[in-house]
Amino acid sequence: MATRLQEKLEAKEFVITGEAGPPKGVNVKKALEEVEPLKDYLIAYNVTDNQASVMRVTSLVMSYKLIEKGLEPIFQITCRDRNRLAIQSEILSAYVMGIRNVLCLTGDHVVLGDHPEAMPVFDLDSVSVLQAVQALKNGKDLAGEDLDGAPTDIFQGAVVAPGADPLEPQLIKFDKKVEAGARFFQTQGVFSVGEWERFYKHAERAKVPVMLGIILLKSAAMGRFMNENVAGVNVPKSLIKRMAGVKKKDRPKVSIEIAAELIRKIRPMCQGVHIMALGWDKYIPDLLKEAELL
Amino acid sequence: MIVAERKPLDKIAGMIEPFEKVLIVGCGTCVAVCLSGGEKEVAELAEEFRLKTRMNGGKRVFGEYTLTRQCDMEYLDQIADVVEDYDAILSMACGAGVQFIAQRYDHKPVFPALDTRFIGVSMEAGTWSQRCIACSDCILDRTGGICPKTMCAKGLVNGPCGGTNHGKCEVNPETDCAWTLIYRRLEKLGRLELMREIQPLKRNHPATRPITIRHDSYKRFDG
Ligand code: SF4
Ligand code: SF4
Repeated sequence: MATRLQEKLEAKEFVITGEAGPPKGVNVKKALEEVEPLKDYLIAYNVTDNQASVMRVTSLVMSYKLIEKGLEPIFQITCRDRNRLAIQSEILSAYVMGIRNVLCLTGDHVVLGDHPEAMPVFDLDSVSVLQAVQALKNGKDLAGEDLDGAPTDIFQGAVVAPGADPLEPQLIKFDKKVEAGARFFQTQGVFSVGEWERFYKHAERAKVPVMLGIILLKSAAMGRFMNENVAGVNVPKSLIKRMAGVKKKDRPKVSIEIAAELIRKIRPMCQGVHIMALGWDKYIPDLLKEAELL
Repeated sequence: MIVAERKPLDKIAGMIEPFEKVLIVGCGTCVAVCLSGGEKEVAELAEEFRLKTRMNGGKRVFGEYTLTRQCDMEYLDQIADVVEDYDAILSMACGAGVQFIAQRYDHKPVFPALDTRFIGVSMEAGTWSQRCIACSDCILDRTGGICPKTMCAKGLVNGPCGGTNHGKCEVNPETDCAWTLIYRRLEKLGRLELMREIQPLKRNHPATRPITIRHDSYKRFDG
C-alpha cells in the first residue's frame, strides 16, 4: 500500500512536510507533543538520523513512535554511522515496523557533532543507499542474495541543495540519485526565486517530484550565520536587511511573510514544501495561511 | 612517501623513563625527507635527552644510529652488535619501521618516537599533504587523478555531499572540497561523463588487514 506522501505526490498534489527530531535522551513524549498539533497541516514528518552528528534516539524508533500516534514518518537514513550490512538491515527493520517513506542521505561528518572522535563510516553514499533500497525492493540485497520477503512498498527519496556552489556537480549527483531510484526530492533551504529557477530548469527534466525546502529566517544574524556556515544556503542581502529593520516581537510575522512570498512565487515550479521551522513550529499554520496553502 | 611527526618530548620521555641506556634509531628514507626521523632529528632528540640528564645529574646514555631504511631486514641487521649495549630502542621510523625493528630485536623493548600520519606529497618546503589511504583498489582512472577516498573527508565516490560550501569542505573551510576539484579537473579534461556514471560499490575487502603481497617474478621460487 502506498503511503500518503506517495499517493499525493503521484497524484500531482501539492504536499507539505515538516520535521520531527528525535530527542537526545529518552523523553520521546515531549518531542511527540511538540509535533502532534501540526498533524492537520503536515502530510508527513522527516525523522532525522543523529542530525548534525549529534547522538540521539534513532530515526527508526522515533519514526515508529509517530506511526503509533497516527502520524506519517519520512524515515531518514545516513551513511555516517553504519556500513552496508547495518544500513540494509535497518531499512528492512524499519519496514517490519511499518515504515515506508525512506529518505537517503550521506549525512554530516562526525567532526561536526558531539562525538568528534568517533569513526566516520561512509561505506555507502546517498546514491548507493538508493541502489540498496531498489535492490531490496526487488528481493535482493547489495550482495545479490535473495530476501525472504521483499520490502516492496518502500517509497524512497533523496535530497539536493539548489544553492550549492558550484551547482553543476550537485546537479550531476541529482541525476545519479534519480537513476538510482529516487522517487521524490526535498531540497536544502532556498531563499531566492532565481536560485530555484536555475536549479529547476535542470531538475524538471527528471520528472521526479521536488519539494522546496523552506527555512524560517528568524533574524538577520541567523541569515548572516547561515551564509557563512551552512552549506548551500544563500540568504540575499535584501532579506537580511529586511529582518534587521524589524523589532524582535515582529520578527515571526516578517519571517512568515518572507517564507510565504517565496512559496507563492515558487509554487508553480515545485510539488510541495518541506518546512524546517527550527523550533518555530507553532508558526507553521500561519505560514501556510499566508502562503495560500490552506 | 610516508609522512610522520615527532611525538611531544614529554610523551617520549615518559615511555623511555625506566631505561638507563637508550639507542635512538633513525630512518634515512621517508621520515628523513619530512624532517621527523632522519639523522639530524635523531641527533637533536639525543641532545635534548642528554641535556635533561645533565640537568638532573643523571647518568643515562643515549646512543644514535640512523639506518638507510628500517622497513628492510638487511639494514636492521647492521645494528645487531650495537643494540646489545642498550636497554631499550627508541625508533624514529614510521609505524612499520618501529614494528620491524621490534620484530628483529624482540628481546629489547622498542618505543615509537613518531606519530605516523599519512602517505603524501611535499607541497612546499616544510609542508606535506595527504594523497592516498592505500585502499588497495585504486580508482584514480575514473576521478581525473584526484583521490576521493583520501581527499574527500567522507571518502565519497559518487560526487559531492551537501556539505560543499563555496567549493570548500564542510569539515574544514580551509580545505577544498575534493569533488569540486574532481569536477573541475574532469571538465578540463573533457571527461565529465566519468562523473555521471554511478560508481561500483567500494571494494573494502582487498584492504582487509594485514596484507602481504608477493611480486610475480619471485613466485617461481615458491614451492
Ligand atoms: S583510490 Fe585513492 S586511496 Fe585508493 S590507492 Fe588510489 S589514491 Fe590510494
Ligand atoms: S564537502 Fe566535499 S570533500 Fe567534504 S565531505 Fe563533502 S564531498 Fe567530501
